[in-house]
Amino acid sequence: MLQGLTIALSKGRILKESLPLLARAGIVPVDDPDTSRKLVLDTRREDVKLVIIRAQDVPTYVEYGAADVGVAGKDVLMEYDSDGLYEPLDLGIARCRMMVAGRRTEGRLRRRLRVATKYVKTSRAFYAEQGLQVEIIKLYGSMELAPLVGLADRIVDLVDTGNTLKANGLHPLQHIADISSRLIVNKASMKMKHHVVKDFVAQMARAVEVTGRAQSQTRSRGAEAGD
Amino acid sequence: MRWLLPDGIEEVLPSEAWHLEELRRRLVDLYRTWGYDLVMPPFIEYLESLLTGTGHDLDLQTFKLTDQLSGRMMGLRADMTPQVARIDAHHLRKDLPVRLCYLGTVLHTRPTGFNRSRSPFQVGAELYGHAGVEADVEILRLMLETLKATEVGVVHLDLGHVGIFRGLSREAALSAEQERALYNALQRKARAEMETLMSEFAVPAGLQTRLAGLAELNGGIEMLDVARERLGDVGPNMLAAVDALQHVADTMSRYAPDVPLHFDLAELRGYAYHTGMVFAALVPGHGEEVARGGRYDNIGGVFGQARPATGFSADLKTLLSVASPPEAEAASGILSPWSADEGLMSQVRALRSAGERVVYSLPGHGDSPADLGCDRVIVRNGERWEVTGIEDDAE
Repeated sequence: MLQGLTIALSKGRILKESLPLLARAGIVPVDDPDTSRKLVLDTRREDVKLVIIRAQDVPTYVEYGAADVGVAGKDVLMEYDSDGLYEPLDLGIARCRMMVAGRRTEGRLRRRLRVATKYVKTSRAFYAEQGLQVEIIKLYGSMELAPLVGLADRIVDLVDTGNTLKANGLHPLQHIADISSRLIVNKASMKMKHHVVKDFVAQMARAVEVTGRAQSQTRSRGAEAGD
Repeated sequence: MRWLLPDGIEEVLPSEAWHLEELRRRLVDLYRTWGYDLVMPPFIEYLESLLTGTGHDLDLQTFKLTDQLSGRMMGLRADMTPQVARIDAHHLRKDLPVRLCYLGTVLHTRPTGFNRSRSPFQVGAELYGHAGVEADVEILRLMLETLKATEVGVVHLDLGHVGIFRGLSREAALSAEQERALYNALQRKARAEMETLMSEFAVPAGLQTRLAGLAELNGGIEMLDVARERLGDVGPNMLAAVDALQHVADTMSRYAPDVPLHFDLAELRGYAYHTGMVFAALVPGHGEEVARGGRYDNIGGVFGQARPATGFSADLKTLLSVASPPEAEAASGILSPWSADEGLMSQVRALRSAGERVVYSLPGHGDSPADLGCDRVIVRNGERWEVTGIEDDAE
């Protein structure tokens, strides 16, 4: 197991979009991760295991070496804010944007804006860079509700299609960052298992490239068909 | 009342404390046999002398208070290395190589690492006055000996050199702020992020490739050849850095052939004050480095003497937690009845000076030998006092 590889993933979109990339490296879970209740999953490669944890926990597991590598959204990494990890590869999956959003028609705003978000550190840094003093309210979900009930003037959240915002009478105001999932690597594993880890990073880089090419081909073919 | 300690502050209790002390003694003895003199820098001193030349991180890690006598700011040491450098430059002022070692508690404002400790027990050794690779090798070997003495098991070495990034960044004429941004991305090996930053900073294309390429210049010894090839025609200082690593690797593979070496030209620990080779020791199963060090030439300049310098340090508590726990020692000691008898007193004195642990059973307590960790007792036999085993006593 010393030369084996433990990969930390989080349930949901990241898991769904990571599995096809992992499959290109021959890493396929033996049990179906959607139905299995196991937290540690064996894969068809005997030396590779998957651990399925909460998205916000992935950087912690990897930084302290409980997993050698992991897949984490840039949003989670920005909030985790540590240089104790390597982020060698942008996997280009689970893409979205981190945005500031607010009501379309605003009444009088507070002199000091109140911002509801689950990305407390990132939001504070974003406003601080503009020299704006804001009050941050930490929420765990349904951010869109906060401006409607007068809890906050703005929200900072991930925006994918923008439909949830629209349905709640909010619209995007400022773009904070483009988000996608990154491959992260434990520093000690990179050094002590460098053959295994570097091979894995290279395999994933190839998988990303191949997938990217396939996608752009599909897109251009779609465009031709549309003409 | 619950007497809780502040976060990250711990006390070391019996048995573990003995173990820690034993390791401490073993290490001081080791350093002595290597010709390193012990120094004991103060726990608290004026902030300027603690922080001069050390960088922002150490500043944030240092507890500060005002000296009521002078009105000046004082700091509790968060790292003993700069103190030792000051001692060398300011007090010793020799032209010969000086070897110093030190052990002691340091305090950090913020918990770091896996143990989340704010009060590490720092041990380290520094070698001043020699600019050659030989001094780096001596320090590396002493670090390996330290890890061997603390029984942490298999050790991997990671070697890097700050000169290459620093050289390239100078050629690119980056501002301090730009360099910091690029450095942060490089510490995470976030190559794509580096490329974005460098296009923003309008770094020339050739330098961009070389700087971004650093993120991938890591691996076994074969990486050094790749590095020479990829760096191509850069300043002689940068190629000299690669050669220095090669030289250290060749020498280390003779001294410690079984220690795996890893090279990483993007690993710039302590970039604010390191000037040459940097290194760290890692142990399988532990996700972060257990000892680290590097070259920091001329830091003593502000204190009166600029000198070449290299050294390493580690947290003894971390080493202790990584090492396999010692086997529980069987109780060893002698329980003595309390008596003012002259014969008993001299008997006890003789046993203690022979290194025996002798504990008096104080009057009024019916303590058994086992309660006090003893496996033998002193009993009166006519005029004489004799040591006997407990089994005999029970019969």
